Formats: sequence, C-alpha cells, structure tokens
Amino acid sequence: MYVSVKGGEKAIRAAHRLLAHRRRGDRAVPEVAADQIREQLTLAVDRVMNEGSLYDRDLAALAIKQARGDLIEAAFLVRAYRTTLPRFGCSTPLDTAAMSVDRRISATYKDLPGGQILGPTFDYTHRLIDFALMADSETPLPEREREPGPAAASAMPRVTDLLGDEGLIEAEPAAADGAEPGDLTRAPLRVPAARDLRLQQLARGDEGFLLALGYSTQRGYGSTHPFAGEIRIGEVEVEFEVPELGFVVPLGSVALSECQMINQFAGSAEIEPTFTRGYGLAFGQVERKVMAMALVDRALRTEELGGEATHPAQDQEFVLSHADNVQATGFVEHLKLPHYVDFQAELALVRQLRREHTAARAARDAQSDDVYEEAAQ
Amino acid sequence: MTAPIKPAEGYAFAYLDEQTKRMIRRAILKAVAIPGHQVPFAARDMPMPYGWGTGGIQVTAAILGPADVLKVIDQGADDTTNAVSIRAFFQKTAGVAVTTRTSEATVVQTRHRIPEKPLVAGQTLVYQVPIPEPLRFLEPRETETRVMHALADYGLMHVKLYEDIATHGHIAKTYAYPVKVEGRYVMDPSPIPKFDNPKMHMSPALQLFGAGREKRIYALPPFTRVASLDFEDHPFERTRFEAPCALCGATDAYLDEVVIDDRGGRMFVCSDTDHCETRRQEGHRGALLGDIPEEARS
Amino acid sequence: MTAPLLEARGLTKWYGDRLGCRDVAFDIHEGEVLAIVGESGSGKSTLLSLLSGQLAPTSGSVAYRMRDGAIRDLVSLSEAERRFLFRTDWGFVHQDAAKGLRMGVSAGGNVGERLMAVGARHYGDIRAKAEDWLERVEIEVGRIDEKPTAYSGGMRQRLQIARNLVTAPRLVFMDEPTGGLDVSVQARLLDLLRRLVADMGLAVIVVTHDLAVARLLSDRIMVMRRGRVIEAGLTDRVLDDPREAYTQLLVSSILQP
Repeated sequence: MYVSVKGGEKAIRAAHRLLAHRRRGDRAVPEVAADQIREQLTLAVDRVMNEGSLYDRDLAALAIKQARGDLIEAAFLVRAYRTTLPRFGCSTPLDTAAMSVDRRISATYKDLPGGQILGPTFDYTHRLIDFALMADSETPLPEREREPGPAAASAMPRVTDLLGDEGLIEAEPAAADGAEPGDLTRAPLRVPAARDLRLQQLARGDEGFLLALGYSTQRGYGSTHPFAGEIRIGEVEVEFEVPELGFVVPLGSVALSECQMINQFAGSAEIEPTFTRGYGLAFGQVERKVMAMALVDRALRTEELGGEATHPAQDQEFVLSHADNVQATGFVEHLKLPHYVDFQAELALVRQLRREHTAARAARDAQSDDVYEEAAQ
Repeated sequence: MTAPIKPAEGYAFAYLDEQTKRMIRRAILKAVAIPGHQVPFAARDMPMPYGWGTGGIQVTAAILGPADVLKVIDQGADDTTNAVSIRAFFQKTAGVAVTTRTSEATVVQTRHRIPEKPLVAGQTLVYQVPIPEPLRFLEPRETETRVMHALADYGLMHVKLYEDIATHGHIAKTYAYPVKVEGRYVMDPSPIPKFDNPKMHMSPALQLFGAGREKRIYALPPFTRVASLDFEDHPFERTRFEAPCALCGATDAYLDEVVIDDRGGRMFVCSDTDHCETRRQEGHRGALLGDIPEEARS
Repeated sequence: MTAPLLEARGLTKWYGDRLGCRDVAFDIHEGEVLAIVGESGSGKSTLLSLLSGQLAPTSGSVAYRMRDGAIRDLVSLSEAERRFLFRTDWGFVHQDAAKGLRMGVSAGGNVGERLMAVGARHYGDIRAKAEDWLERVEIEVGRIDEKPTAYSGGMRQRLQIARNLVTAPRLVFMDEPTGGLDVSVQARLLDLLRRLVADMGLAVIVVTHDLAVARLLSDRIMVMRRGRVIEAGLTDRVLDDPREAYTQLLVSSILQP
C-alpha cells in the first residue's frame, strides 16, 4: 500500500508513546530505578558524565534510563541540560597528588613510594560469565587494610614528579600567569588549538574514537613508545576562589581518573634527551578512556616536539573535529532526514551524464578507427 | 612446585577445544620449520583482554600436557599480578603442576624477560608478543612489510639504526631489539630487554612466540643462530649495570630499579625473582642484606 | 658496437578506452641522454612508467641489459629483481623531491639507504660515502644530520640525486627534474646534472615539457603528441630544424638560447 510521508505529527506522537513503552519493557519485571543505575551501573554513569561534560551522577543515571541504555543518547540528554546551566567560573587547579586514592598503579616501577594499589579493577579477572549473578546473591564486603582518606602528597608522589626531580622528563609546561584555561563549550574551537582546549575536547570526546586512535599509534600509525607511568583513580577536592570573598572555598570532591604516559625521547645533538608526557584526565573510573586520551594527547604534540605529523592521531584538525560523539551521531544520523529534493536533482544529473557518456563513447569509437587508419598509412 | 590438581569441570583441558589446539599446533610446526617467519593463525577470543598475553596463553594451551610443569613470569617475576593470573588460569583449566623454579619447569610462559638460568634441552619458552612485526614502526602497512620479508628487503631497518647513531651516537633501542634469524628473517624478539638477546642464540630450548591480537606465531627451534642487528663499527652491546643486585649481589643479571623514597632514593634488584632467591639460598648477599643470613634478620 | 642498454619496441598502453601511448620504439646506449618532450597529457609520463617497469604495457616490450650481460624483458622480472634493479642499477628522480626522499630521515640516512639495502654494514663507511656525495651535489657536509624538511627546494632535489647516484647506477629516469624550481636554481641544478652525467657516463631518460632542459642535457630527443612519438632525432637537429609542424610550434614558443 502506498503511504505518502507527510504531516507526521500524529505519527511522531505514536512513535514516542511506543518508545516509552519499549523503554519500560515487560511490565511483569520491576522497573529499574535511577538510583539503581547510579549505584550498580557506575561505569556507564561515569562515561555519560564525561561525554555529557557534567559531573552529576543522578542526572547521568536518569539520562541512561531515559535513553534505554544508549550511552551516546544519554550524553546527548545531559549536554542539552548542561546548556541551560549558568557558568560561575573555573576552579583552582586540582591537585591529583593529594588524591584520596582508590587505585594506583605504575607500569614503570615495580615498587615505589605509596605502593601499587589494584583497587576495583577488571584486570586479572578471567572473563567467564558469572551465572551466580543471575540470582539475588549476597556480595561479601571488601577487606580493607587501611581506611581511605586524603593522602599526604609526599606519601604517594606522582611517578612523573619522581622522574621530574631527576630532570628525566620534560618539565610540565607552565600556564601563563593568571590565564584561565579555555572553554570550548563557550567559545568555538579553532585549530590549531592550544593544549588546554585539546585536552578538554579529548576529555569530552567519544571513548571508542579515542580508543581506536590511541590503538592506531601503538600499531605504527604515529608511534609514541608509551609507558603507563602512572594511573590513579580516586577522589580529589575541588576548590573555588570566589572573587567577592577573595579566598578559596572547598566545594566538595569529584571522582577522577588520571593517566600519565611517559613517552620516548625528544632531544637532539643540542638538547639533552628527556622523556615526554602524554596526559589523560576524566571524571569517575574511566581508565580505558584516560589511557587512550594520554596516547592521543602525546600524538597531537608530535609537531611541537619536532616530529612530522603524518598519521591520523597526530592530525589536530582530524582528531579534534571528529572526537565529539554527540556531533558525530547527529551528522551521521541526519542522513535519515528527508533529502528528496537534492536526490531528485542528482537523479536527473546522473541520467543526463549516462546519455552523454553513451554518445561520447560512440563518437570515440569512430575516432579510434581513424587513428588506426592513420597509423596504417 | 605445586602438584597437579583436578582441572575444572565443564572446560576442555587447558581451556581450548581440541580443534583449536590442532590449528595452533599446525601453525607452531610451520613456524618451527621456518625460523623467524611469522605464521598467521586464527587466534581465539580468550577470557583475558587482548594485549595481556592471549597469544602466549594460546600457544601454552596448545602445547601443554598433563605431565608438564608450568612456570609463568611477567617482567622476570613469578609474583607479578598478570603472571599470577595466568598461572592460576592454567592451574584451574589444566590442573598442571606449577613452579617458580626455572630448573623445574618444562614450559615457561614469559612476558618481557628470558630467565637468567640458561634453559636446557626439553624446556620450552613461550613469549607473549604485542607487536610481532619488527618493521611495523618503519612501515605500518602489512601488505608492504610482507613483501619486504619475502624479498629480505631490510635496508630500511638499517636506516633506522643509522639514524639512531647519527642522532644519539649509538643505537637507541633498549628493548624489542630486532634480530636476524639464521641469516634470513628479521624478527622482533618481543619487548625483552636487549640484555636478554644473546640468550636466544643457539639456545638448546624451543622458543615459541605468540601474538594473539595480531594473530601471528613464530619460533626459534633449538640451536638457532640469532644475531642482533648492528653495524660492524657499532656492534651490538648488552646492557650493563653499574651496581650489583642489592639483595643477592648478582653482577650478571638484569636489574629493576626500585624507588624507595621521594628524595631520589633508588635501589637495584634482580628482575628474575627465582634467580635472586636461588642465589640468596646459596648464601650470596647483596649490600642491602649484608652478611647476615636472611632468616636471622627481623 | 655493443647491444643497447634498453630497447623499447611497440610500447602501447590503453587505460580502458583512453590512450596512454602507442607504438613507441627506441634504443638507448650507456652514457646517452634521451629527452622525451611534449605538453602535459601527451603520454610522456605513461611512457616513463612503462620504461621503468612500474606499469605493465598493453602490448610491446622493454628489454634491459643487466649488469651480467643477460638481456631481460622487464615484464618478466620478478618483484624482487625489479626492486633490486631500482636500488642498484637504476635511479629515479621525481619532480616532487618528497616522493623520492624519506622526509623523516636525515640526509645521511637518505643517501645511505641504498648502500644498506645492498648490504653495507659499516656505519663509518656509509657515512663517509654519504658525506662524499653531499659534497658532489654541493650540499654542505655539516648539514648531513638534518632532515630534508629543513632543506630548500633546490637542495632537496640535489639530495634526491645523490640518493640515486650513490650506488653508481647505469640508467637514471628523471621526471621533470627541474619543475617547480626558480629559474636561477634550475640553472645550477642543470649544470650539476650535466657534469654528473658526463663524469659517471650515465644513461638518462628525462621527461620534460621544458625544451631548454632538453637542449642542455640531452643527446637525442623524442617529441610526443597524443600518445605517439611524432618526431625523433639528435637534439640539435630537432630543435634547430624541426620537421613536424607541431615541433615547430613548440620550438618557436620558447626563447632560443
């Protein structure tokens, strides 16, 4: 039966009602609550907070519920909400050395001050489906050897600081005095972009995209010879300087993952060789993301460190303009919008070209015979 | 040594089904027949992540028998988390006896080291390999590197070494140092420190290399000539350490740097934990242990 | 007289129903320089690809006399033999130096690559040879560790020439070697090329749309139009006394030296 696609108001209403129904699923099964998502799907919540660029666990959990578990859709919802919020300013730099650490590992030193802390990780679990989780089960409480709490920076120094003390790693480039980092949610991103903006775009960029780019650098498309110097995950105090008050007030704490990659040397006959840095930082427990981010951050510094940018991960413009999955999904999915008019024009053109091609071919065949005759003479 | 136990129910011996094992064994046989040549194989998804030794695990699973004694090391040590995890995996799925003693093991699976104690005939060393292609960082395209290997077109590899000397005064490759096998194939020895490279040459043990993510197996049969690439006037040099091991006093072992405080304090100890323990049991003492037997301390 | 170094017969290339070149035949001997001239689209680049074995002809053959005296049809060469020729007995100078050089590798490494590809394993010797060649192409030896990205256009082209000549090839293909360079830089490069060609007794097949380049470098010239050779002969004869109307047009459109 032929149905003309017009006046879809009714259709849209019905579709959204069906969507809500599908979201709810079988009504014989209890409805999932946002706080269950917040507490039990924490890693999905973390991902949505990053890609949605908003630190709010409740809101992210609700968005996941509303999006039927589609995390990009959830990030989209969070971003759209974020747009409505006022911007107060920017916090003082976070001190990750004073993190209240949940997990902290270094691949470069077997042992180091503060030790290696595995924390809640999938690493070293065997990926065997645990059918016991099908049933309601009692999960035993973890054993704790020490009470968590903010550590003194000296008790668990950052690996890059240990190397920095010996001058073996490039100095952290200092920010210009009093300069606030840029905010690409308030000003359009222009390339070439400085590192603050690049890191911001990577932090809110798509985890899968960063993962693939980071992976490509490991496979020879822009190698950086990385070592995971340190990965630390935990809570960090956020402090804010209120201009009217003139002093710093603590706002609370955020959960963060930080990855410091140590990469192979820069240096030349004149400059002493040192290790170089790649940096990843994002909300929550998002180890994969910050590792990939650190690889890509370093790859994007190729030219600044005297290399030649020839691979995708080293190409600022390519990376920064394709990292945002809310943008990407919008544009990819826009292809399902009507394009009848443009397509009709193309259709007419291709018919015309085909006619011309047939005519030209006939003419060429005739001419080609002439060439042979000429050669024979 | 921990004696064999009953393997877990519901899984094939050593996890992989017999058909998969046969496929891997065929790849291993071909690899042994063409030393240093990378043989593609249909690597399976394993219950560990790619890049964490799935290639080595599949090779070990394919060659392991109930009578084998398995040792697993990571960075030279038996007690590193990944080694513990892989050892536990084979204990659970194959029930084989496991050991930390190099001399007791029939199969040693390793990441990034070759044990200090020379391997003997009958032992097999299984390497976990992240990037099997030694030319990868010079030429990312597989189609091109395959032709380069087929034609032994290795000029580019030496260009890289030339550039190192021109820039740094010496070859700046300290691990995954490329080798030439039997004068034919250039091979990546996996990211072992170049300190270990000479141990591959004419080893009486069978050496198997498994790369799971990249789906390649290659091998060095016993008594294969393995030469580290170099220039006549810049010959390959093994890494040397300035101080002996702080625990056992070894001067001929690869050492790990351990940070002891944030004021620049460092100590150097054997990366091969079995080697270090064995030496201490034999009465060797490093600077940190002094002359007092370990038992009498504390 | 010995057999020609390279002998082309009936070379024809069709790209589908578009003509690349047709029925090209000529010989070239050691020490001889042949210029192929014509405007863009005349088929000269196709011809160069056919002659250097990078493209298979639709029909016709290219015979090459190897160093051991054996005469081989390029089509029958294996990939290994073709690559070997390209890093020993042949050179190829591209118009765009970035295509013929490794831009991420130092000048010394660029010149040394061919030597290492054929088994040189003494760093000091390789470097000495690279230094010698930088001198011969008038590049300051002190810049041996710089990458070509730090070089000017003319220097890159001279480096490309050094990289090709270091294994003393017998035959060098050149595709618009002076294209895109300033006039004064062009003159210096042509002068250098002429000297090297004479000193080393090189055979050269040079493709150019610039008749001045052909006059300065070549002994013989072939004029191409619409995929076919319309006139061929000694360079002076063709340029001073062109017979074909099209050649006359080409010659009259440039300044006489």
